[in-house]
Amino acid sequence: MNFKQFISANKKPSILIPQAITVIALISVIIYFATNAQINMGNRGISFGFGFLNQEASFDIAFSLIEFDGSYSYGRAFLVGLLNTVLVSVIGIFFATIIGVIVGVSRLSDNYLIAKAAEWYVEIFRNIPLILQIFFWYFAALRALPSPENAINFYDISYLTIKGWYIPKFIWTNFNLFCYSIIAAFFSIYFFLKYAKKQREEFGRILPTATISILILILLPLISFFLLDVSLSFSYPELKQLSAASYTYENGVSIIPELMALALALSMYTATFIAENVRAGVLGVSKGQKEAAASIGLNKGQILKLVVMPQALRIIIPPTTNQYLNLTKNSSLAAAIAYPDMVLVFAKTALMQTGRAIEIISITMLTYLSLSITISIFMNWYNKKMAIKEK
Amino acid sequence: MNLSNYRPTKDKISTYLPLGSFLIIISFFDILINTFFNLNITSFLTQKISYFFPLVIGFIGFYLIRIEFSGVKFLDKLNKNINSNNFNALLTLLILFIIIKSILPILNWFFFEANFVGNSKEDCTGDGACWVFIKVWFNRFMYGLYPDVEQWRVNTAFILLFGLVGIAFFVPQKIKKYFLIFLIFVYPFIGIKLLSGGSFGLTYVETAAWGGLSLTFIISAFAILFCFPIGVILALGRRSSLPAIRYISIGFIELWRGVPLITVLFMAAVMFPMFLPDGTFIDKLIRVLIAITLFEAAYMAEVVRGGLQALPKGQYEAAKSLGMGYWRMNALIILPQALKLVIPGIANTLLALVKDTPLIFVVGLMELAGMIGLAKTNPKWLGMAMEGYVFAGLVFWVICYAMSRYSQNLEKKLSTER
Repeated sequence: MNFKQFISANKKPSILIPQAITVIALISVIIYFATNAQINMGNRGISFGFGFLNQEASFDIAFSLIEFDGSYSYGRAFLVGLLNTVLVSVIGIFFATIIGVIVGVSRLSDNYLIAKAAEWYVEIFRNIPLILQIFFWYFAALRALPSPENAINFYDISYLTIKGWYIPKFIWTNFNLFCYSIIAAFFSIYFFLKYAKKQREEFGRILPTATISILILILLPLISFFLLDVSLSFSYPELKQLSAASYTYENGVSIIPELMALALALSMYTATFIAENVRAGVLGVSKGQKEAAASIGLNKGQILKLVVMPQALRIIIPPTTNQYLNLTKNSSLAAAIAYPDMVLVFAKTALMQTGRAIEIISITMLTYLSLSITISIFMNWYNKKMAIKEK
Repeated sequence: MNLSNYRPTKDKISTYLPLGSFLIIISFFDILINTFFNLNITSFLTQKISYFFPLVIGFIGFYLIRIEFSGVKFLDKLNKNINSNNFNALLTLLILFIIIKSILPILNWFFFEANFVGNSKEDCTGDGACWVFIKVWFNRFMYGLYPDVEQWRVNTAFILLFGLVGIAFFVPQKIKKYFLIFLIFVYPFIGIKLLSGGSFGLTYVETAAWGGLSLTFIISAFAILFCFPIGVILALGRRSSLPAIRYISIGFIELWRGVPLITVLFMAAVMFPMFLPDGTFIDKLIRVLIAITLFEAAYMAEVVRGGLQALPKGQYEAAKSLGMGYWRMNALIILPQALKLVIPGIANTLLALVKDTPLIFVVGLMELAGMIGLAKTNPKWLGMAMEGYVFAGLVFWVICYAMSRYSQNLEKKLSTER
């Protein structure tokens, strides 16, 4: 429809007038707010603009994946916060998926006790506000851990203390080559699976796909270790005395308690929703499908892999992606316990220092918004692809 | 020698059932003695074997009593439910052992070693929870910083609300309508006036003093009241045939749904005052309330849209053929049916709203979680975080669990009707 057609289709006043009123009202509200904002900013002697992103931040961030100190810019601070958000989201999604699948499958167990235990897990953790769970882990549970000199010791490799969890640092040589070998392994598995599918569908030959895939995944990196001079060593955390009563660990990687509390709470809370999705998905595959598959001679593993899972996943994946998105948005609760995520670093600390409320809040909201929109576009694409193609 | 001769079958039940039961009883006896009296009856074994002894013994016991079609009703039921194969037997044992092992420390902390009497931290001498903390601060946790002598006003407002809602359930259909109109259009003003005061001889209490659980309820109640009509209008807008209205609605809904609530709260607290004319001031509580309402309205709109989409086209066409206009059609034909379809979804959104309210403490409003944060940093009451958050967790859990149960029942009831 071009513009002319659009106009002629909307010529009737009963259609045109309400739209015109809405648009005019919206525009006037925006203009009203904008003029007020301009006057207010003029009074405070600041002008709208994003130039401040290049200014020196002059504050420190407790935990960052990339190098940062006070001499870096606000733009860099934003990046640090964004990366921390991504880090905690990825960790949370990983564990939420594992816990969620286990609990969801357990709820369907024919073992009464297991099913009940899983049900109570869901009922307990779903009905307590996430922020209280985060507070519980951070202020109550993790504060009860011992101080560094009495740390909980895991075989002298890693130590759990009130200051954080110290784990060994990985020291790689030729890490690039190792990454290439992993990528190569995934590619070869992809092509092998394609070949296996063709063999199955055209000739009815069943290849041991799982075993061979795992073998490839182990063998290729091993080859990189032995032939291409990749090596890995660990730098273990060591106790070091700072002063008479103050100890710390050195040479390892420290996972700060804020990150632990946040990841724990996020994954345990989101897992309850994923568990419900998994349960609904498996229940959603009708019994007839399994019986039909069994009657054409598929064995139990094949029924699960070729008949039940593809149909269950179609039900499970869309709401689960939504939960992943929720988890990412919920990770902004980090601001409440001082984990330096995007909201804390940017929308709180940087805002306090620069006073640029409009720019900073807009950037923060836009970042989350673009993330949501990207995922929902992907979701729509996926739904279209997975929708049952009826003839 | 054929091993299958020794499989537990029905004809050997008189040997295997007592033997298996005996082994299971021993394994549980070992665990119970170990937990409650701290005695290890298997100390003659090495430490590692002694640790797994009850598991192994119990597992063998369960194997021996797994007799198919035994004819004993209880045994068949037991085998079917918790002992259908080796893996299930192992899981059953593990779950039971974990429950036994963990129940004692939890009970000890909650009751047996906890302190209930006293009025300062020094009265808490046991190893368990210090419920004195909750007792002393209870008033603050419920009412925030609301002045003690004025707290009857909060109580009155809530008793009035619950009383009205309660009566509305029982009065005949004819009067119910007026009750609802009163509740929705008149009561909020009475409630606000009662809480804030400033006239009718009531002293003024500023909103900064409101807090505790009562603030949670106030915010939830107002947000629920306002987010519902806004959500319905947005849903209708999204389904509208007028492109300008449709795109504005879609943009509005997706904007709120795409961002976390915490950034919306920051926006209301920090950014929104910049948009107002110099010198005007809107109370922070009201700004936050508007933010939460709009945020939840976007979610409500999506739920209502689900109901609108689920209605068959014939309903719209029938209404139009009767000569109804847009508003009459929606108000009399479409919405009553669509809303009924999505009552469970609406209940879930309201549940999410209640669960979201503790977040308001990030902008400095002291509801329950915020008051606990305040209390646990009080120099006289340091180290009481566990008690505080367990208490808050229990309170919210009871509220949310009741709500989710109610919505599940509603779902069941409505689905059987159709």
